[in-house]
Amino acid sequence: MTLEIFWFCLIAVLWGGYFVLEGFDFGVGMLQTVVPRNERERGVLFKTIGPHWDGNETWLVVAGGATFAAFPAWYATMFSGFYLALLLVLVLLIVRAVSFEWREKSESPRWRRAWLGANVAASFGTPLVWGVGLAALLYGTPIDSDGHYTGNVLDLFNVYTVMAGIAMVVFFAFHGAIFLTLRTVGDLSDRARRAARTLAVPAVALGAVFLVWTVAIAIDRNDKDLFPPVLPAALGIALLAAAALLVFRGRPGLAFAGTALGILAGVATLFTSLYPRVMVSSTDFGNSLTVESAASTHYALGVMTVVALIVTPLVLLYQGWTFYVFRARVGGDEVESPVAVVERATGA
Amino acid sequence: MPVVAASAVDLARIQFATTSLYHFLFVPLTLGLGPLVAVMQTIWHRTGDEAWLRLTKFFGTLLLINFAIGVATGLVQEFEFGMNWSVYSRFVGDVFGAPLAIEGLAAFMLEATFLGLWVFGWDRLSPRLHLATLWIAVAGTWLSGYFILVANSWMQHPVGYKLVNGEAQLTSVWALMSNGFALRAYLHTMLAGLIFGSIVMLGICCWNFLRGQNVDLFRKAAKLALIVAVPVTLLQLVVGNRFGEAVTSAQSMKIAASEAQWNTCQPCGFSLIQFGGFTEQDQTPSFSITVPRVLSYMATGSFKGEVQGLNQLQAQEQSQYGPGNYMPNVRVIYWSMRVMALTGVLMFLVAAVGAWLYWKQRLERARWFHWTAILAIAFPYIAASAGWILTEMGRQPWIVQGLLKTADAPSPNVSSTTLGVSLGVFVTLYLGLGIVDFLLMRHYARLGPGESREELPEPAVSF
Repeated sequence: MTLEIFWFCLIAVLWGGYFVLEGFDFGVGMLQTVVPRNERERGVLFKTIGPHWDGNETWLVVAGGATFAAFPAWYATMFSGFYLALLLVLVLLIVRAVSFEWREKSESPRWRRAWLGANVAASFGTPLVWGVGLAALLYGTPIDSDGHYTGNVLDLFNVYTVMAGIAMVVFFAFHGAIFLTLRTVGDLSDRARRAARTLAVPAVALGAVFLVWTVAIAIDRNDKDLFPPVLPAALGIALLAAAALLVFRGRPGLAFAGTALGILAGVATLFTSLYPRVMVSSTDFGNSLTVESAASTHYALGVMTVVALIVTPLVLLYQGWTFYVFRARVGGDEVESPVAVVERATGA
Repeated sequence: MPVVAASAVDLARIQFATTSLYHFLFVPLTLGLGPLVAVMQTIWHRTGDEAWLRLTKFFGTLLLINFAIGVATGLVQEFEFGMNWSVYSRFVGDVFGAPLAIEGLAAFMLEATFLGLWVFGWDRLSPRLHLATLWIAVAGTWLSGYFILVANSWMQHPVGYKLVNGEAQLTSVWALMSNGFALRAYLHTMLAGLIFGSIVMLGICCWNFLRGQNVDLFRKAAKLALIVAVPVTLLQLVVGNRFGEAVTSAQSMKIAASEAQWNTCQPCGFSLIQFGGFTEQDQTPSFSITVPRVLSYMATGSFKGEVQGLNQLQAQEQSQYGPGNYMPNVRVIYWSMRVMALTGVLMFLVAAVGAWLYWKQRLERARWFHWTAILAIAFPYIAASAGWILTEMGRQPWIVQGLLKTADAPSPNVSSTTLGVSLGVFVTLYLGLGIVDFLLMRHYARLGPGESREELPEPAVSF
């Protein structure tokens, strides 16, 4: 495997990690609209993701940094081209980041409703934009022979990319509902389970449509054969079906593993479909940015490979440990405990 | 390459200046308050004195409010290179990208994850392990600072690269990481962080002395703040000066501009203050106070050293790089240098006087000093902003010193309208965040540390 391919795969892994992790906290944010019945329960929902969301979001920071370092031309074209979409993502993520903490700072119902609304809107909006944007890499956007993006924000939208965005939103809601089933107790957990059951069929159906359609787009617009993209796609469909089945069988732990792996399979399908290109040009297929043409030098990639090989296992280890530390379910009484008072004061 | 309208470059510059200065209002306080809070918790852990636990909680809250905004605004910085400066990103990606990516993976992950563990881990981790999570998060923030300054210093003093097909390529990661400019900038910035932490802490303590609240408790915190502030503010005056020498050799134009030194001199006097003399047309100040030989010493380390003048450097750069104006905005650079240095000296004086009052056991009663210390909370913010204006505007017209001009670096496909819209969005958003953050900080600083965790007052409706 060349260093370029290694970094292409690593960036896929970083996006995959980001979506698996932030996917459930986005999902919990969306479910704030339906699962909790009162202010206390809304607090419980936020508590389930409190220790994690910030660490989850660092995966995006790393994915962005790694793209800049390993594929400067990809980073430059994508970020300057998808300008307004990324501006929207930044605004949503900033508002969301402060909403966790600031919502708790006042007892005023209007204040709390406003920040809850902001959190919910950002939890829906961000994955929608990511789905559209990443699918547009494959579908193709106007790129000239210098590798500059020549279109506008509307060029990102078409039936396929919008479907990808919606699929991502619904699937994250499903992923989040399973997470909540696991992390809450009693009535709240029951309601989360019901939400997961309601969402299972649409989420799996949309996920499957995304996977099949992605392979079709790869063949139609990116000069790919059925093989290899069909492999992660088929695996993905099997995982999604298994996750839904496990939800109905009352095995949320395994179901969560299923949705997590399903998300990874989805990212793998998209990246396999893209390779060897990183951005398809709809102006002229020959203008497409490729893994080879967009990459940094072997020396720079080599340096970062050494760092990545040493540090990534450590990151996985200590982030995994975080989940172990906070493995206990978040229940009714705990929220009123002294710990919670301090946490309310110190925020997330 | 398509021609970019001048106004687009200006808008992109204003946007980067606004968002990065704003980002750096929150970052250094995190860098400085982090270790101070960790020291507090360590003292509590060692002595079991509940007062230190209360102080840990109190200042920890302020730390976290800041950290959240630092993270959110940091993401903007990372995206902004590609969004607004795509030519620059392509040009530097091979070199500049590496420290940025390593920062994310090796440092930022660490700080975000372990801070989460610290906040939520009070009752889930053993006290020793819980303390360790904070120290690890602090180490993460300091490591983060190193990689960011390696990246920034490469723009000031490029090393360890070669140019191939008009793009910079990394040739030595060791040269990049051990860039003398970067190491000096790192020391200077981390000291600035500690000054932020200790001066803000001192100010908050004095505010509480003034209000007569928790005086015994805040006396402990004030002592800690002073123990850090006195040596660090003094050391910073020396380090800042040595940093100036590194700048002299790497960026002569920046030093000449910071002194409004139009013609080469030897020895050179240091201009304390001057009116006029800031433009090519008007090179002689109408009024100035100059200290003989001090500039020579500051710029070269010798009282007899030669400092090159703007006119001579301009001629040199023209012969080296072709026709054009290679001078930064002299007026802005001159004054940002003075604002930084003056606030630096003032912070040392505040710390020294505070320490003297503490030693005389009069700190809690000296109302005039309380007001001074409260006012001094603004100084680190002013000094740091002036420092970055000096560093970044002093590099102009270059975005990467000697290699790429700012005017050639923005995204060719991003229109002035788009830049105007995003600038408006960021300014509005940041203004809103700033106001709420200030209110929250004030609210919590006023709330004071509760008697114990159980008795922490409910947050009141304050806005």
